[in-house]
Amino acid sequence: MSSPQPSSFSSPTPPSLPTAARAPVYALVGNPNCGKSTLFNALTGLKQKVGNYPGVTVEKKVGTAYSQHGHAMQVIDLPGAYSLAARSPDEAVTRDVLLGRRMDTAQPDRILCIVDSTNLERNLYLVHQILDLGRPVILVLNMMDLATSVGLRIRVARLEKELGIPVIPCEAAHGKGLIELKLAMSRTDLPLPRHRWDIPGPIAPAVSELQASLVESDRKAPLSARAEALLLLTDQDSVRVAGSTPLSERTTEILRGWQKRWQEQGMDWAATLVASRYDAISRLCAELVERDSGMRDGISQSDRIDGVVTHPVWGWLVLGGIMALLFLSIFTLAEYPMNWIDDHIASLSDFVKGSMPAGDLRDLITDGAIAGVGGVVIFLPQIMILFFFIGMLESTGYMARAAFIMDRLMSRVGLNGKSFIPLLSSYACAIPGIMATRTIEDSKDRLVTILVAPLMSCSARLPVYLLMIAALVPGEQVPVTTKVGLMLLMYALGTGGAFGFAWLFKRTLLKGEPPLMIMELPPYRLPKVRDVFLQMIERGGLFLRRAGTIILGISIVLWFLSTYPKAPEGATAQEQMAGSFAGRAGHLLEPVIKPLGFDWQIGIGLIASFAAREVFVATMGVVFNAQAEDDEDTAPLREALAGARWPDGSVLFTPLVCLSLMVFYVFAMQCISTIAIVRRETNSWRWPLFQIGYMTGTAWICSLLLYQVGTLLGY
Amino acid sequence: MAQTIPLSTLGVGCKARLHSYPAAGAAFLRLREMGMIPGTLLTLVRTAPMGDPLEIEVRGYRLTLRRSEAEAIAVEPSPQ
Repeated sequence: MSSPQPSSFSSPTPPSLPTAARAPVYALVGNPNCGKSTLFNALTGLKQKVGNYPGVTVEKKVGTAYSQHGHAMQVIDLPGAYSLAARSPDEAVTRDVLLGRRMDTAQPDRILCIVDSTNLERNLYLVHQILDLGRPVILVLNMMDLATSVGLRIRVARLEKELGIPVIPCEAAHGKGLIELKLAMSRTDLPLPRHRWDIPGPIAPAVSELQASLVESDRKAPLSARAEALLLLTDQDSVRVAGSTPLSERTTEILRGWQKRWQEQGMDWAATLVASRYDAISRLCAELVERDSGMRDGISQSDRIDGVVTHPVWGWLVLGGIMALLFLSIFTLAEYPMNWIDDHIASLSDFVKGSMPAGDLRDLITDGAIAGVGGVVIFLPQIMILFFFIGMLESTGYMARAAFIMDRLMSRVGLNGKSFIPLLSSYACAIPGIMATRTIEDSKDRLVTILVAPLMSCSARLPVYLLMIAALVPGEQVPVTTKVGLMLLMYALGTGGAFGFAWLFKRTLLKGEPPLMIMELPPYRLPKVRDVFLQMIERGGLFLRRAGTIILGISIVLWFLSTYPKAPEGATAQEQMAGSFAGRAGHLLEPVIKPLGFDWQIGIGLIASFAAREVFVATMGVVFNAQAEDDEDTAPLREALAGARWPDGSVLFTPLVCLSLMVFYVFAMQCISTIAIVRRETNSWRWPLFQIGYMTGTAWICSLLLYQVGTLLGY
Repeated sequence: MAQTIPLSTLGVGCKARLHSYPAAGAAFLRLREMGMIPGTLLTLVRTAPMGDPLEIEVRGYRLTLRRSEAEAIAVEPSPQ
């Protein structure tokens, strides 16, 4: 991804003095859960650009903050990290941007470090590594109010003196301390950190030797070479993480030599280094932080909540209740905006029809472009509500508890608790589910979760299930118990499939170390509704941009396939469909799907479903010439389906065929939006293609078995 | 020297001092950087409803850990 970077050698100005012509670039770094996004939003407001780092699916956020005098300052919000020794793609991006290893992002001039004041020791570990980088640093002590409330008093002036950098106490959530922070950020004379810690004796010569070699052979800036040398020693993995520059032979040789020597002496050099950093931090904290011991021992609010939320009985009820609420709101709340969008798409389509002469161009715009875009936008309300819920659960701290509770169950299929929410979200729509997998650190676990997420029966399958259940059961009224029973069966089948395949993939294709469940459980906090809203809008926009273009293209292709070649003048819509490329494709497909009990007309529906599953219902309407007239009522279509026959006169939609079709829809990958998102999230066509293959293959085999065994049994 | 036991056998609510764990393995590299180094005081706060994972308090914050990793971590239980 990145290449050796000539950087600061040629830089005409020292890093502490950005030129007047260019706005200074700040990197905002901190541990997860320390209020970093809140501070970023507070500093930059809505002046943010959200994108991706090329080559990895890590969100890149850049915003502009203004000093008290109105000067612009650029702020890059780097992913939360516990250490510069990266363990996840997110942390690797943070490390690589800070070290100037990424070609796509300029090395920041200055670093804004934010820490959670209630948890100073662990938060200072990252700060301690960053102080070594040789860049000006401003330290923000966030959540000072919470620190005071738990009886912590931090001597800010003393900390400033010890580290030699500005230290700004702050409450980002309430906007306190922002003016002081902006004043510090607009200083032209930010000092370099003064803090020096003692590298343990046996390791110090290795650090100096590596540092010299990094400067000479790897063209590293002298100031950051020490940090790089220390990183090489603490993190054996960092050399191999994607995106990092390969080391020169000389440096590698020196590193190997020292490691060999230490190994012979039986010394764990990495542990020694980490321990000596923590020693330095502990000494610092002992002088700086006063504890009001009386307030520490009581049971905290968070513990009281956790007593219920992680309780062996209440815990499950709370989890079930929250999930029920989530689905209730998706299916009820989303209905209003969805109907609104539906109406507006329809009236836009009518408007175009009324104002343009009839012809192919008009049909392309209405049936291809508008219908295609409409098909994407219609999902937006559900997706936004899901993102909002996920954001609220994250912001309050409940998300970590859900993962904590579910980990044991998820571990049975080789995943960890963090896969739970993405999979659950996929019941509504696989897209937000797949986008939510970004919280899973392990890349293999993340990939497995992405691969199986579309097996969870999403809301777009509902119309198909409903139509088939209606066609399955003869008579006017479908008994509720049958409806619910069949529906539950389909959901169970999809869920079972998802877990089964996760288990299989973890054992074969994506074999890895057993997943870890090392996760911080942050204290419960009131949700930051503003941050959650901002994130929801960002993600929604991201979905529209990512999926929109691909879907528009495919919708136009599908329109073309069902419109050409043109049937002779006066043909019905049914005849047009039968003679079109799509109709011919249906015929071509028939030999493949006949063993499942489907004819070429159903084949057209399967092809059209590739745009989105619920398109099946509308396509069946056209194919069997039932005019439902924009009605929710499936009765006319049901009657049309009941009248459908094979050429030999036998009934097409027998109960067995309806079941076979439902099972096909449970497993088949038929959603371009999902394919588009998987393509973006995995950065290759390989995985979405694999997904189409394995899911549709499973669908075919299951439907085949069902239909053939059913036929043999005489159904 | 005090007797050591695996962290997985520590009672809920008990405190212990971290003694040692393997030098290799992704889990332990991460734990080290999150402040779990020999000598650190930790408390086993609770277990998840199904007995796994464990919730541990270390340096004033809470961390989850699977039982399988906790088995490899030796601790010296502190007298209550």
